[in-house]
Amino acid sequence: MKTAVVAPPYDIDAVRQDFPILQERVNGQPLVYLDSAASSQRPRAVIDAIRQHYETSHANVHRGAHELSVRATEAYENARSCVAAHIGAEDAAEIVFVRGTTEAINLVAGSLGSTRFGPGDEILLTKMEHHSNIVPWQLLAERTGATLRFVDVSPEGRLVMDDYGRMLSERTRLVGVTHISNSLGVINPVKEIAALAHEAGALCLVDGAQAAPHLALDMGALGCDFYAFSGHKMCGPTGIGALWGRRAILEEMPPYQGGGEMIDSVTLEGSTWAPLPHKFEAGTPNIAGAVGLGAAIRYLEGVGLDAIRRYETELAGYALERLGEIEGLRIYGPADGRVGVLSFTYRDVHAHDLATILDQRGIAIRAGHHCNQPLMEHLGVDATARASLYLYNTPREVDALCEALHLAGELFCRTH
Amino acid sequence: MSEHADTPDGKPIDRSIPSALADLFQEVILDHYRRPRNKGSLEEPTHTITMNNPLCGDVIELSLSVKADRIDDVRYEGRGCSISQAAVSMMTERLKGAKLGEARALSEKFTRLLHGEEDLQRDEKLGDLRALAGVSKFPVRIKCALLGFNCLDELVGEPAAGDREPGSGQGEQR
Ligand SMILES: Cc1ncc(COP(=O)(O)O)c(C=O)c1O
Repeated sequence: MKTAVVAPPYDIDAVRQDFPILQERVNGQPLVYLDSAASSQRPRAVIDAIRQHYETSHANVHRGAHELSVRATEAYENARSCVAAHIGAEDAAEIVFVRGTTEAINLVAGSLGSTRFGPGDEILLTKMEHHSNIVPWQLLAERTGATLRFVDVSPEGRLVMDDYGRMLSERTRLVGVTHISNSLGVINPVKEIAALAHEAGALCLVDGAQAAPHLALDMGALGCDFYAFSGHKMCGPTGIGALWGRRAILEEMPPYQGGGEMIDSVTLEGSTWAPLPHKFEAGTPNIAGAVGLGAAIRYLEGVGLDAIRRYETELAGYALERLGEIEGLRIYGPADGRVGVLSFTYRDVHAHDLATILDQRGIAIRAGHHCNQPLMEHLGVDATARASLYLYNTPREVDALCEALHLAGELFCRTH
Repeated sequence: MSEHADTPDGKPIDRSIPSALADLFQEVILDHYRRPRNKGSLEEPTHTITMNNPLCGDVIELSLSVKADRIDDVRYEGRGCSISQAAVSMMTERLKGAKLGEARALSEKFTRLLHGEEDLQRDEKLGDLRALAGVSKFPVRIKCALLGFNCLDELVGEPAAGDREPGSGQGEQR
């Protein structure tokens, strides 16, 4: 019997106990949740923090002169400080709470739009971007006459770094890149890319949706100008995420939406803006969401980002090895320098059929284009199956996946 | 194949094929998936339409040649899962030579089959489409099975539309 030589640097059983949903049964089977790249699950600490906020501290923020409003404001601003410290931001005022990565990128594109971009200006993206780091720029290009260009992806599934040398020019105003691809799992050299962007005089935005759940981050070291991520992929609630931006740049940018909370003073003739970060947070924010995100970060830090990364790397290695043994299975993305986001195709079994078969075994995976249609076209596939691993997954669950794939193979071979 | 003895909760692995899955992916379905009938395009279609399922990316282009209220010939192009592609292949077999009214009736019957009407599993008019009865147990896959029929409905009118003019749906006519 082949046993998994994966030694967790933390108590994996205890971690699994922290996530109540992992005790669920699905289609009569124990749940094997391999879809954390789409949305992770929540530990009890996060669920409790949200409940406790509503039970003891809820009111609107930055408004009331009463005790609960003070508590709510404190909780909300503490969450901001927690996010800032977690990603190595210099200043909590550089953290703007948003709904998620998508809104963060739309905020930057919307606010920078008319001030920074005009006809002939270029925005340099990559062919592995999620739709949320393509479409906002397409809308911006339509409004301003700017042009989008795309760095290529190698057959192995890495960015063709030479393209930056060829494509960056004084016309490039912004470079947008995903830190980790949600289809290929590859970790991109964003520090290097940010440096190249700055040499060309461009801003650099990093989509951190898939990186924030897995990597210890340090904005100071990374060197980009904007970093966007979502709470729900890192054990936090849905509907909350953060945009980090360099203070000097955020200061210059006009508001993204208008309304309450974001003004300094309003007259019928015009208004002046509140200081950062409130200038970008019009309306009543997702207060409980921010509290939950803070709790999620404390949870991840409690387990230890480095320990999580070490364990996930081993687990991904084990999964790549086991999946690699299955005849007719093709994995997309590189063998190393990656996380456990594993996209694959299996013989001629379509990804949706695979997902249905696996679901009958209690195994949740994603099937489709993963909001990566241009990348899928580039890879020459319509859809892939995607199993994604997180801190609570086990080698046994990888084994269950492989077993179920054999079942799929058998089902589809009956006529052969 | 594997030596791994048990499931994540420590129970022995049941390696048999669950019957719901065997019912869903029947051999005749896999046969249509791998050896599609009437795949291709018509030289001079009277009706043609492309529809996709934006959630999963399945695509079907359906072309009809309709003469005097009868479907003379039919072809499709498509990509996607076994259910969507087998269903459209099976559908085209039933459409050749059918009157438009019969095509509408087929669509209506097939929809009822997918919603679990067991009597229809014996309805010969449905031909191989009967093999798709198992989809009724997988509600999220019903839209896959219906993609080809959605194209047909757009081209020849919804079943409920009765005797509407052929092609008065939103399908683009050539
Ligand atoms: C790389 C990447 N970018 C952006 C997003 C969008 O995140 P959200 O839907 O939370 O805004 C996702 C998540 O699907 C993603 O994987």
